[in-house]
Amino acid sequence: MKRLLVISSLGAAAILSACVTINIYFPAAAAEKAADKIIEEVWQLKDGQDSSKEPAAPDAEKPAETPAK
Amino acid sequence: MKKLILSLVLIVSMFAANWVAAAADLEVNTPAIAALKASMQARHGQLSPHYSAGAIGLTKDGMVAVKDATAVPLKDRGALNGLVSAENTDRANLYKEIATANGHPEWQGDIQATFAGRWIDKAQGGWYYQSGGGWVKK
Repeated sequence: MKRLLVISSLGAAAILSACVTINIYFPAAAAEKAADKIIEEVWQLKDGQDSSKEPAAPDAEKPAETPAK
Repeated sequence: MKKLILSLVLIVSMFAANWVAAAADLEVNTPAIAALKASMQARHGQLSPHYSAGAIGLTKDGMVAVKDATAVPLKDRGALNGLVSAENTDRANLYKEIATANGHPEWQGDIQATFAGRWIDKAQGGWYYQSGGGWVKK
């Protein structure tokens, strides 16, 4: 039981210190999200002008043409 | 004894939950950031044709630079340089403001590096960006 207590308090200490450390490290994922939001506003990309959506549109039209034959 | 362990676990999970909430988002809704965004958005209308013409491009450090001044008539080159320099001032301030708004001025470089990748990722096809030692057409 004593050993369990020692292990769990060691674990707790490790996790707590990790919390403190992580807060100091740069939050890369959050920064990417924030960057995307700002870039979309500055370049006004929200109205379907997103480059990832453009290739999808011609693809969607193609299958409609093929059943005609 | 079990109670002690249980309470330890509880405390740890509370701290962890706190941290997750804090790390979820970066603060970007400050008046300074809003002003910079508005200024850059207004300028983008003037910059956009220059990106398409290849006169300017996105640098790998999250800025813009004149790539080929000859793509612009001689008389307009001064204005182009002015636009680029104003844009870069806004961008530098934007990176700085985001870092300070989140209480970590030392994050400025990381934020700039993150933006550098995202600007290029979201750039339109045909625009130029810096990669390695040269310019690449997207």
